[in-house]
Amino acid sequence: MSNVLDSKIPEGPLKDKWTNYKSHVDLVNPANKRSIDVIIVGTGLAGGSAAASLAEMGYNVKAFCFQDSPRRAHSIAAQGGINAAKNYQNDGDSVFRLFYDTIKGGDYRAREANVHRLAEVSANIIDQCVAQGVPFARDYGGLLDNRSFGGTQVQRTFYAKGQTGQQLLLGAYSAMNRQIGLGKIKMYNRHEMLELVVVNGKARGIIARNLVTGELERHSGHAVVLATGGYGNVFFLSTNAMGSNASAAWRAHKKGAFFANPCYTQIHPTCIPRSGDYQSKLTLMSESLRNDGRIWVPKNMEDAIAIREGRLKPTDLKEEDRDYYLERRYPAFGNLVPRDVASRAAKERCDAGYGVNKTGEAVYLDFDAAIMRYGQEKANLLHETNASEARIRELGEAVVESKYGNLFQMYEKIVDDNPYKTPMMIYPAVHYTMGGLWVDYNLMTTVEGCFSAGEANFSDHGANRLGASALMQGLADGYFVLPYTIGGYLAADIRTGKISTDLPEFVEAENDVRRRLEHFINNKGTKSVDHFHKALGKVMWDNVGMARNEAGLKEAIVEIRRIREEFHRDVFVPGTINEFNPELEKATRVEDFLELGELFAIDALHRTESCGGHFREESQTEDGEAMRDDVNFTYAAAWQWTGNPQEPVLHKEHLEFKEIELKQRSYK
Amino acid sequence: MKLTLKIWRQKDRNDKGKIETYPIDNVSEHMSFLEMMDVLNEQLISEGKEPVAFDHDCREGICGMCSMFINGEAHGPDRGVTTCQLHMRKFNDGDTIYVEPFRAKGFPVIKDLVVDRSAFDRIQHAGGFVSVNTSGNTQDANAIPIPKNDADKAFDAATCIGCGACVATCKNASAMLFVSAKVSQFALLPQGKVEAQQRVLNMVEQMDKEGFGNCTNTGACEVECPKGISLENIARMNREFLKAAVTAE
Repeated sequence: MSNVLDSKIPEGPLKDKWTNYKSHVDLVNPANKRSIDVIIVGTGLAGGSAAASLAEMGYNVKAFCFQDSPRRAHSIAAQGGINAAKNYQNDGDSVFRLFYDTIKGGDYRAREANVHRLAEVSANIIDQCVAQGVPFARDYGGLLDNRSFGGTQVQRTFYAKGQTGQQLLLGAYSAMNRQIGLGKIKMYNRHEMLELVVVNGKARGIIARNLVTGELERHSGHAVVLATGGYGNVFFLSTNAMGSNASAAWRAHKKGAFFANPCYTQIHPTCIPRSGDYQSKLTLMSESLRNDGRIWVPKNMEDAIAIREGRLKPTDLKEEDRDYYLERRYPAFGNLVPRDVASRAAKERCDAGYGVNKTGEAVYLDFDAAIMRYGQEKANLLHETNASEARIRELGEAVVESKYGNLFQMYEKIVDDNPYKTPMMIYPAVHYTMGGLWVDYNLMTTVEGCFSAGEANFSDHGANRLGASALMQGLADGYFVLPYTIGGYLAADIRTGKISTDLPEFVEAENDVRRRLEHFINNKGTKSVDHFHKALGKVMWDNVGMARNEAGLKEAIVEIRRIREEFHRDVFVPGTINEFNPELEKATRVEDFLELGELFAIDALHRTESCGGHFREESQTEDGEAMRDDVNFTYAAAWQWTGNPQEPVLHKEHLEFKEIELKQRSYK
Repeated sequence: MKLTLKIWRQKDRNDKGKIETYPIDNVSEHMSFLEMMDVLNEQLISEGKEPVAFDHDCREGICGMCSMFINGEAHGPDRGVTTCQLHMRKFNDGDTIYVEPFRAKGFPVIKDLVVDRSAFDRIQHAGGFVSVNTSGNTQDANAIPIPKNDADKAFDAATCIGCGACVATCKNASAMLFVSAKVSQFALLPQGKVEAQQRVLNMVEQMDKEGFGNCTNTGACEVECPKGISLENIARMNREFLKAAVTAE
């Protein structure tokens, strides 16, 4: 079974592959495009941009989202920015450097050809978005501004304050709106895909549920694109939106699409800590805060306990009684180590008992030093040579406010504490999933005609994603990759004609969905869907979270199976199928998470190395740093569904690095 | 905290609907309003009753999905926040809280607190875009310098999250703040200038078709807008509209 994965990487030198591909890929003529239907599920950056672009080209697009409008997809919440190799700052950036940084940042677990293509089209994305009227930040000369992000050596990140994702998504949404107005996109809001329909080995449609009426609908197409985001909500608590789910991808997986690297999860270090059991989601704060904040916990256990019990305030603690553990462990990078390293270090301190809030799961992010430093600089600038400490603090707070004002305000709203006066509390949270549906160079899954784009596929980020790269990948896939590759596939489909939804495969798929829904409604158990989702999330976080080991993973697998069994036996879903029923929506999503969670743990168990977002405690250096095993694990793990969640079959896509030398990452 | 919730229940679009009373206990001041609603729903489910349907998604104030009218105010008593960012510390122990859907002719109720805001999408279909196709050959992004002040103003208008608080708040159920935000974003940018005339005419026409009322300059929309979209945008749209109406061919 080792040859089933064909990544279809074009021949030729790396830098010419995409250009040559574009010159030789088969095309569909304009008249034929009008008789071809493409289904796109998900309307975030990847799905929205793909829908608009394919409709502009002349295909009939049907787009689906579970929200009440395509503009609400969770891409909207991305804060920081989008990378592009424009080299506007003349600081030596290039396509190769962006490619190199992305491969290295991903800990050498991504496919060279895909990542290079991503870097190549990155500059086009910025041009396209500006042409659409996306209001990026500009300097006083009226040109685009950049900032550095995620520890790279160049300034290549374009941004729109702390709302870059919102502005890019509204750009794609506006491009969609134009096509909806023209009738080239038929938009289905409040519709959720519940099954993929495969006819003669090809993806030919979906079964979707109208979430307002509860009706099941059959939709056919010559190709299906899944741009349905990541599966971070398998942890229950994450920075994802409440509705973000893995069901579309998981249904495709059960119909033959391999699922790759599920264990690669990004845990973001700067999120607002959990405050109680009622917590429904976690809020991220841009990691740009680490440019000026210093991270610490008390040095002495008794101080940590006193702080947790409210007997001591962090500002009362003397400098020598604080442990700036990142600066201590990583003197070269300090507080700016990559996300995975910063997250694990926080967990290590809290596990050792030094956590600072009631739950024991929080560390301080302290801006005091930055406030005083900026204040002194400002005082010098104003020639206030005898400025008092209070004056310097006042000046410094104003500088910090101009840089991070909106984040400080958000923190204060949620926590009800003033971060200018007392240090912020932060803790890592699940943020992004690098794993996803395995796709070849064409972004096609192992089900012919079923494509996957954006976070939903496993693609470009390897084992760890760099900051400001998710937006880049979503838009690259939708605007510039799929429009070529999908044409190459559909060129062979021009004689097929309209696909009937009366085919037995559609009938059967609809019946399967109906049976699942009836099972939930008729189950009449005693516990809510959320009860099981929280139980799953706890197992995932405790045993399959930031650090994993063999015993914990094996325990998790047993526990997930137990929860899944109990879920099907004892879940209670009120209401009926044929109505607006949010509990029923949650039930089908959690049903799929309970299977995906097991595959996640199985993948983490089999990968005995540490790499990127996957840290195996058995694979670390003497001083506790992650240790890769390139001899045995330089491959993408693509799992095949066998009908039993306990017995997935592993296929390996070996990764070849021709342009880049593999190195162990070090931030000391 | 112990609270009494008075919540609008309506089975579907055609149902008449009414206020139901629910006592709730053990509410923490650190909960968000929606987390309090989660607790209520868990309570209802455990009693075998139907939970309250409400729209929500990102729970960090940016997706625009959540939409509750709390004690007579869109998104509740706090300023500059959506319902999902409203925290229970804004209320007192023993309070009675009224929770209703965003009401407007253009926003029919789907169920309980969930309303249909697809009219907003249709207004955007009518002109909320720049007509540029995807291609790898659009001109270089820096070939169009834009004065920082214009870019910043366009950005401020573009931060509208399309939640509909402006409509729910307005005594006329006017959608002028929402529509003017998009008109302004593009009117301020050179990319949008080419189609500016047709855009404002088309979007206003669609707005009227959807049954939204007129603006009478009360300014309540600006007060309740969670993103602080400025009334200046309405003034700009009126100028754009007048200009377009008198010069249109």
